[in-house]
Amino acid sequence: MATKVVMEALSPTMEEGRLVEWKMAEGAKVSVGDVLAEVETDKAIMELVARVDGTLLKHLVPAGSTVPVADPVGIIGEPGEDISGGSEGGGSSEGSDISEGSGGGDVGEGSGGGEAVDVAVAAPLPGGRVKASPLARRMAEEQGIDLSSVTGSGPGGRIVKRDLAGVAHARPGAAPVTATGGFEDIPLSLMRKTIAKRLVESIGPVPTFYLTVEIDMERTWDAREALKLLGPDGKVSFNDIIIKATALALKQHPECNAWWQGDAIRQWYEVHLGMAVAIDGGLITPVIRHADQKSLREISAEARVLAEKARERKLMPEEYTGATFTVSNLGAFGIDHFTAIINPPEAGILAIGGITQRPVVVDGELVVRRRMPLTMSCDHRVIDGAMGAAFLQTLRAYLENPLAMVW
Amino acid sequence: MVTMTYRDALNEALREEMQRDERVFLMGEEVGEYDGAYKVSRGLLKEFGPMRVVDTPIAELGFTGLGAGAAMVGLRPVIELMTWNFALLAIDQIVNSIAKLRYMSGGQVSVPMVIRGPNGAALQLAAQHSQAFEAWYAYIPGLKVVMPATPADAKGLLKSAIRDDDPVVFMEGEMLYNLKGEVPEGDITIPIGSADVKRAGSDVTIVCHSKTVAPALKAADRLAEEDISAEVVDLRTIRPMDTDTILTSVSKTNRCVVAEEGWPFCGVGAQVVDNIQRNIFDELDAPVIRVTGEDVPMPYNKRLEKAAKVDATKIVAAAKRVLYLE
Repeated sequence: MATKVVMEALSPTMEEGRLVEWKMAEGAKVSVGDVLAEVETDKAIMELVARVDGTLLKHLVPAGSTVPVADPVGIIGEPGEDISGGSEGGGSSEGSDISEGSGGGDVGEGSGGGEAVDVAVAAPLPGGRVKASPLARRMAEEQGIDLSSVTGSGPGGRIVKRDLAGVAHARPGAAPVTATGGFEDIPLSLMRKTIAKRLVESIGPVPTFYLTVEIDMERTWDAREALKLLGPDGKVSFNDIIIKATALALKQHPECNAWWQGDAIRQWYEVHLGMAVAIDGGLITPVIRHADQKSLREISAEARVLAEKARERKLMPEEYTGATFTVSNLGAFGIDHFTAIINPPEAGILAIGGITQRPVVVDGELVVRRRMPLTMSCDHRVIDGAMGAAFLQTLRAYLENPLAMVW
Repeated sequence: MVTMTYRDALNEALREEMQRDERVFLMGEEVGEYDGAYKVSRGLLKEFGPMRVVDTPIAELGFTGLGAGAAMVGLRPVIELMTWNFALLAIDQIVNSIAKLRYMSGGQVSVPMVIRGPNGAALQLAAQHSQAFEAWYAYIPGLKVVMPATPADAKGLLKSAIRDDDPVVFMEGEMLYNLKGEVPEGDITIPIGSADVKRAGSDVTIVCHSKTVAPALKAADRLAEEDISAEVVDLRTIRPMDTDTILTSVSKTNRCVVAEEGWPFCGVGAQVVDNIQRNIFDELDAPVIRVTGEDVPMPYNKRLEKAAKVDATKIVAAAKRVLYLE
């Protein structure tokens, strides 16, 4: 029985393809998976492969032709087979008892009652719906496969289990991990699920790079000590000062105070600074709104209230959403240096390490200074290296000379 | 194990149950002096006498009703119908009295009886005598419908049916009576409502019952020659249906064909398909396909009759379709 080779949808958005070159001559023996031709899609040059074993009996279109998806380009069958149509009729299996609705797919019968059938029409239906068996749909979801990128071999291009086999196996880490020893399965809290979802969203599609600086904190240290002399009111944390400095620096570098929006970069006029707060069972980032316009005292008071509410899990949604940039500080946990994961759609996050006394060379002299390492994670779609560096330069200037913040 | 025919397995079940429980008696056309139209009751009149093996006039409504009355007052009648085609004359008793008395009496009256006989087509018995009626009775709340396909199942299920406290429609097959198979010795029973995996496989499930079990097994043999592993699930009981066994199998194979002797419209297979799609939609890799008798009165003409019946070739074709091979 002859089988038509059709133009397959080799990209999710492809509607037609240009057959660049036949890789198999007429009369060539082909097996499933053999490359028959090169096809130029709307995105790239792709390979059109054989879906059945047999002999490539005919090129229906010459190289260079542009062919709509699902239209035939060749015929595979047995050598010498009559492919003009009118071969022998169907078997006894055509009774109504085993007929099946084709679901609106375009399962063509050869003209003139011939035996050719269409195979592998993967065109997504109008409206973006992809036809897939329920099992294939479930497997794709479990394995994180985008069905619109899979070619269906079932009737009307339906994606079935076998079409996922290659895709599934191509993914590293899909093999089940086993370990010995006792364990406890801790159910995922809603918050943990959200963290996972958000972070996977980040580390996967967000092209991140890191910029690290070590900031001299002597003057900030002194400023903080000086403020303490004002009494209980003057007690601010380093983090409060870092937030203030970051907000001011962002104001000067709006390219870093931005969201990746898929089709645009949204630079925010105001600075709403998220601050990561570790709480029992996870973390959350309450937001200090208009941080660039607030005094250090206001920031300090607000940060204290928000952190307290976060630990009591009393934050309202508007208190932990809508940050334009985030600061994560693990200095209090004795961490020397770390990198943080961007919280999309934000374009950057600062990871603050602990302030420690370190030997450094100043003006040719080896001296002991209070130093604080800081790493900025940048979404490269929004922030380029030099932009991030310029922002960090400004931030360093504020922290190494805190008086500048009130300038 | 003893090798015996389906007919003898039924005979043995009847004899053992009549020996075990004196309330059990057999009644129907030609069951006594003639040893049964299909010799299922051979020797029973001689052994148990005319009080317990009762020949009746050709009056299905009457003797089925007599059986219902006997059951209501504590006996355990087995009513033999020469074929289920003739039960059309008795269906008022079966549907309106026998199936409903427990319910309508608020549980005061039970009807522990078995109505049995051959169902479906044999060879060239023409339209009026070649009908598969299991879907009719399975439709009725209050009736159990049991349809063994092998001698062992016939014996074990008939004994369970006789011991059941509610009415059981027990469907045999004229073409099954001579089927030989191994039957465990002694007092074996098979629970009503349990399907049986007649052959294990991994690529496609073939759900079948009664006379489609043999062609399903033959189809599985042929599929195996093409490296396709088919699992054959014999329902054995139509109602209550063993949904768990079906779902377990289809969850494993992801594809299913349902074969039955009867007509397609509102057939047993439709119920099987409903159970599958409703419970394990996400396990399906293809629509479930039914293979049924053709949707026509059974032709008398030999070739047409063959074309109208389910056979292994049709089941193979359907299996390949759910595997996207045809």
